[in-house]
Amino acid sequence: MNDLSVHFEGVSKKYPHFTLENIGLELPTGSIMGFIGANGAGKSTTIRILMGLVHQDQGTVHVLGHPMPEEQAAAKLEIGYVSEDMRLYGAATLEWHMRFIRSIYPRWDQPYAESLLQRFDLKAEQKIKGLSHGQRVKAALLLALARRPRLLVLDEPTTGLDPVARHEVLGELMAVLADEDRTILFSSHNTLDVEQISDQITFIDRGRIIDSDDKEIFLDRWRRLRLVLPPDAALPKLSGIVQVGGSDRLPVLTTNSFKSDMVSACHNMGATVQAIDNMTLEEIFVANVQSRRERQTV
Amino acid sequence: MHSNLVISQSDSRPMYLQIMDQIKQRVAIGEWARGEEIPSIRQLAVTLRVSVITVKRAYLELEREGVIVTQQCKGSIVAFDSGLSPRLYDEELTEQLDQVARLGELLGLTPRELESRLKEATERWTAGRLTKERL
Repeated sequence: MNDLSVHFEGVSKKYPHFTLENIGLELPTGSIMGFIGANGAGKSTTIRILMGLVHQDQGTVHVLGHPMPEEQAAAKLEIGYVSEDMRLYGAATLEWHMRFIRSIYPRWDQPYAESLLQRFDLKAEQKIKGLSHGQRVKAALLLALARRPRLLVLDEPTTGLDPVARHEVLGELMAVLADEDRTILFSSHNTLDVEQISDQITFIDRGRIIDSDDKEIFLDRWRRLRLVLPPDAALPKLSGIVQVGGSDRLPVLTTNSFKSDMVSACHNMGATVQAIDNMTLEEIFVANVQSRRERQTV
Repeated sequence: MHSNLVISQSDSRPMYLQIMDQIKQRVAIGEWARGEEIPSIRQLAVTLRVSVITVKRAYLELEREGVIVTQQCKGSIVAFDSGLSPRLYDEELTEQLDQVARLGELLGLTPRELESRLKEATERWTAGRLTKERL
């Protein structure tokens, strides 16, 4: 499958104190995208536009082939959406919610819902107001998953979950992907979760997409080089260096376009390469945001 | 086939390399036999809770190294001539031990001293591996 489940082109939305600018997103069917940004970066606004809950001022949005927000009713039948601030009825039981969703969505899969109850360690007869935060997240996820939606959109699904619950949730998300017609977009600031299960990674900061790529390429092109310079030597000039840290004699260079010939280039300029470190997604994200913010303020 | 590979988040190597190493090891000791079908990329990704693209990369590299063979639409199998076998590891061990003996002689170590150095190395290695696993 090569088609796109989510396609944003030149999408903008202006608020008095925040602007989402020229957002482009492409999420191929059958894959999972981690959407990473600091608080207030524009993750939720982007997701709300995707859901047709907020209308863009400019640009086009297609979700599962439907233009948004025009065909949002048709699109929503096939999208499962779980957000942090999702409200379930406190006085009703999980069972009541399951029956309610089932009456609306014909594709509701009752055996799957029951197996999820077990795996998430939830009780159908329990009232929502008696659930812990983690149980509520899992309940909302169960209600979305059992509809067997073609696209799952999750706004911070693992925030506030304990390690065991997070493990269960990530496992269930991967199980969804066993079917290659299903697609997941999830936002998070927990980069470890994103690093583990995402195929595509998109970084958003201050209302703009600052980087978006295939995860393996991401992890491959970012490296940290630790150098030792002889006294009074100048720092080697290399292209693709986004940050310089460390001290004068022991500089640390961060690059977003690592190539093996950088090492020989350093040697030729008299520097010794002490180490070439892989970076975690978290380090990459922070370096990416910082270097861009520095450039903006210059 | 049950995969039972284990990915460690504290291992500093990229996940695709960890997957490659563990598959190679299974092929080398014969747990995954030649010609045997191995899990599909998607299956393995789901069991390991690791993205499809990471497993895909591991499989592509393993294919390039000739450890596995991927057939269009039919999935992957362990190559008939994977180049990995206990015998090869054994040959390498003999080679390395010859080197140890040579260096021992250069340093003027007695066979007994050499033996105790080997014992120390084994202990160091085990301790290192255990700390890594515990973390």
